[in-house]
Amino acid sequence: MSAPAALIRRIALQGRYETMGMLRNGEQLLIAIILPLLALIGLTVTPLLDTYTDDRIAMAAPGVLALCTVSTALTGQGIATGFDRRYGVLRFLSTTPLGQSGLILGKIIAVLAIMVIQVVVVGGTALLFLGWQPALGGLLPAAAQLVLGAAAFTSLGLLIAGTVRPEATLAITNLLWVLLAAAGGILFPVASWPDVFEPAAHLLPSTALGDALRSALIDAQFNLTASIVLLVWTVVASLAAIRWFKWS
Amino acid sequence: MKDLGPVEALDNKMVRVIDGVHLRAYPGQVTALLGPNGAGKTTTLACAQGLMPPNGGTVRLLGQNPYQAGAALRSRVGVMLQEGGLPQAIRPLALLQHVAGMYQNPRSVNELAERLGIQGFANTPIRRLSGGEKQRVALAAALVGDPEVLFLDEPSAGLDPQSRAVVFDLIQELRAEGLGIILTTHLMDDAQRLADYVFIIDAGRTVVHGTVAELTAATDESTGVERLLTFDAPPGLVFALPEPFAAVESVPGRYTVSGQLSPALLAVLAAEWAAHNVMPASIHMAPRSLEDVFLDISGKDLR
Repeated sequence: MSAPAALIRRIALQGRYETMGMLRNGEQLLIAIILPLLALIGLTVTPLLDTYTDDRIAMAAPGVLALCTVSTALTGQGIATGFDRRYGVLRFLSTTPLGQSGLILGKIIAVLAIMVIQVVVVGGTALLFLGWQPALGGLLPAAAQLVLGAAAFTSLGLLIAGTVRPEATLAITNLLWVLLAAAGGILFPVASWPDVFEPAAHLLPSTALGDALRSALIDAQFNLTASIVLLVWTVVASLAAIRWFKWS
Repeated sequence: MKDLGPVEALDNKMVRVIDGVHLRAYPGQVTALLGPNGAGKTTTLACAQGLMPPNGGTVRLLGQNPYQAGAALRSRVGVMLQEGGLPQAIRPLALLQHVAGMYQNPRSVNELAERLGIQGFANTPIRRLSGGEKQRVALAAALVGDPEVLFLDEPSAGLDPQSRAVVFDLIQELRAEGLGIILTTHLMDDAQRLADYVFIIDAGRTVVHGTVAELTAATDESTGVERLLTFDAPPGLVFALPEPFAAVESVPGRYTVSGQLSPALLAVLAAEWAAHNVMPASIHMAPRSLEDVFLDISGKDLR
């Protein structure tokens, strides 16, 4: 009688498969690695951040790491999942021993694996070439916040991918990436927003992740408010995805 | 082995797509769900495969509820979806190896690929394959786990005659190995060639079921086979035939006679042609097909 491979093996295989799929896709690489690197260099060599700080790289690096999270979890997974849904891949794989839960766990592994690569590339570039000196006491909180941010944005990405057409997912997640990067509190603190809107800006998951990483890597502090905001987004988006995600 | 006791399902617009489908399939047999597009075949399969829960009725797959089943049940069942369900960027061999990794004792990927003629395009991204090539990869992906039950949704869609022969041979071989095979098709020729047992489905209901021989044979006391005779003659003529037979002019100039045709009846018909001084441009006679059965029951064409 035919038997499934061990659970751990199935999930690891799917994680590797999804990771390789993202790494082989040129557009995914552009948005996950190249654009964040350009942002990092741009923010360091231009005076864009000078209104907020006199240490550009200290403020640029955490913001770019937050942007990497949005690239991989929201835009990357959103688009990949949207098209897999269109082609019936989600249905097919959920009839194999992998199942629906294995499929989701594989995606989570892929997001985390890509983010490790992003941290190495972006963090490495900042450390080696741009004179970044992160607050060492903030490294662990920053790692935790990155994982939390990945959870929030992956849930959002899957929610979008599971409810609208893949072409719409492509447009929405790319547009969100641009909007959040430019004005969503990721690269730039929202202090520059008009006073009326600033409290609302802090409720955005993007602001929360940007603020949390800046608190950790500049001041070695654990930003509790931002963490709670991210947690709430994760819970709400996951529940919404479980409720409304359509597998076909 | 598998009992779909009257099953109902609603689609996501809450339209009742199947209602009271009742069917069963056995190991070592090919069971065909035959019906026109939109009859509810794919929805019935989705319930049987555990992809969606029925709104009513019960579904049992190898004795278990497929919707709540775990990996152990899924490893015994192979599924080929209508649209293939294949990722577009990956290459066929890599995909088959990936799927094989989900099982403890998969079939040999290379043997399967060779058997289905996949070797020739094993390293071409799936999005660049033809419909028939994709179909063969999807069949290999459904088989790689060495299943006991195989679901094939429209297996011959998009196949050229050569791949169709390869796929049909393989299906017959798998049946001989004892697999329970459930396939859907809207081609009566597929069902007639492959199926041991046919369920004809229309508008979400099982309208009739039986072996191909049972369905196409006479329904009354006699052992005679029902036949359908078609001939072309000038339009508007009346050919007098003994009850209960009639030459029905289905389209102008084309006449059909159906039922248990006897040599005596053919002699009467020939005499009528002589009386009208008509030599039919063409005459065709064949046993009643599943398509005729379907037409009789539903008043609709199968396609």
